[in-house]
Amino acid sequence: MSANLLYDHPGPRARVRNRVLSLVFAVLLLAGLYGIYRSFDSTDQWTWQKWQPFFQTVTLPGGQEVNFWTDYAVPGLLGTLRAAATAMLFALAFGLVFSAARLSEHRWIRVPAGVVVEFFRAVPVLLMIFFLSYGGFWVFGTLIEPFWSVVIGLTFYNGSVLAEAFRSGILAVPKGQSEAAYSLGLVKSQVMRMILVPQAARTMLPVIVSQLVVVLKDTALGYIVSYPELMLEGSKSSAVFGNAVPTFMVLAMIYIVINATLTLVAHLLKRRADRRGVTNTSTKAAAANAAAAGLGGGVGVAG
Amino acid sequence: MDVFSDPANLQLYIDGFLMILKLTGASTLLALVLGLLLAACRVSPVPVLRAFGAGWVHLFRNTPLTLVILFCFFGLYSAVGVEFSDDLHINNYWLAVTGLSAYTAAFVCEAIRSGINTVPLGQAEAARALGLTFTQNLRLIILPQAMRSVVAPLGSIVIALTKNATIAGVIGVPEASNSMKTLIEARGDQTIAIFAVFALTFVALLVPVGYGFSALANRLMVRR
Repeated sequence: MSANLLYDHPGPRARVRNRVLSLVFAVLLLAGLYGIYRSFDSTDQWTWQKWQPFFQTVTLPGGQEVNFWTDYAVPGLLGTLRAAATAMLFALAFGLVFSAARLSEHRWIRVPAGVVVEFFRAVPVLLMIFFLSYGGFWVFGTLIEPFWSVVIGLTFYNGSVLAEAFRSGILAVPKGQSEAAYSLGLVKSQVMRMILVPQAARTMLPVIVSQLVVVLKDTALGYIVSYPELMLEGSKSSAVFGNAVPTFMVLAMIYIVINATLTLVAHLLKRRADRRGVTNTSTKAAAANAAAAGLGGGVGVAG
Repeated sequence: MDVFSDPANLQLYIDGFLMILKLTGASTLLALVLGLLLAACRVSPVPVLRAFGAGWVHLFRNTPLTLVILFCFFGLYSAVGVEFSDDLHINNYWLAVTGLSAYTAAFVCEAIRSGINTVPLGQAEAARALGLTFTQNLRLIILPQAMRSVVAPLGSIVIALTKNATIAGVIGVPEASNSMKTLIEARGDQTIAIFAVFALTFVALLVPVGYGFSALANRLMVRR
């Protein structure tokens, strides 16, 4: 059901009423925004001094020249992207292996794989990162670099989420497909490789891209264990320039631009898949379910 | 396992998880209310409200929660001086709840909106034909049906929120992940036991919640 069917096509009176309501709420909204503006203004958050670092190189009292973008934001962003890309690659591999394992005919493979996936979906990513960062030395006899504790933590969590998504994607391919394949004499691995995975993959592509958004957002957990990603570099710069509020706003904007672009890509991929008719209602439902999990911060669908 | 035979350590563990529950409880309530309002905004006939709802969702869905919570501390509290309490601990708790609920509300809103989309067209059309207004339509016809199909995604959101509550530790709220860190730093030789206890507590808390919500969703599902 499309949302605009909740009300009739507005007639003359409804149009006037909607306009009046629009105006009232616009005024309220602007008043709210102005209130926020004023409260930041009263603490001098809008001064040029605090926003200058985003537009030009600043010379610190010590005579040192510092630029927000080249010294902090870009290296930080590269750190974020590096961690996100690595974690995503590992998570995809993890997801493929464990979705196949969970679909196995052998109980002794299926059950342990299920336990592993359920475990990592229920444990907060931060807990895994702390375990690796602070306990890594005791368990593995060597200190684990912040980069790896972030990547490994994100891999296990997102890999488990992807494993479930892949599994439901494969289960959602109509039964007739595999039945037809078996009747042609294909064996199980061939059915999987030639019939089920290619069809599931197309519907799962948007899910993978949406999961990338989750991974990218979660790299900000690196801040907590001092992995130099965008969040940490940004807050370092805010300590140098003394402009926490403006910096956080700029950081949020950077994240929003990247993630909104990725979400748009996911959306376009989904539309293409829909148009090509590779989906049916059940795969769509599976994709929607998987997409609903995109909450970030160690978030998922357990149970 | 003798880490937890020390009453001080045991207390740290219990306090950590009590804090997680307190954060989750308050944030769930606030996020549900806020998310429902936002969803109503997003389907309303008033363009300004639709834009407001969409803006909120895009802002919070695309920002890392770590940033949101840090902003609550450094922005709302340190810079602007928003204070919930004189007690630093209580103040940090409410700042974290603010961040968690503002963030989660965006996801609640989207879940409810997609729930609204599962209600068959004929329902809203029949309601309109009977002369119900937008608010009556939403309140009496659509939402009661939509909420049934929203139970499962809301369950996922509550589970996600519980895990996200660990991020409150970034502004010094003494929650479970902080307790675990403290314990590992004190008793590194028992790292595995400590991690196992904390991780399995989360599993024990969340897996039943997940199954509970799916059972509830099955019971409430509108069979068509």
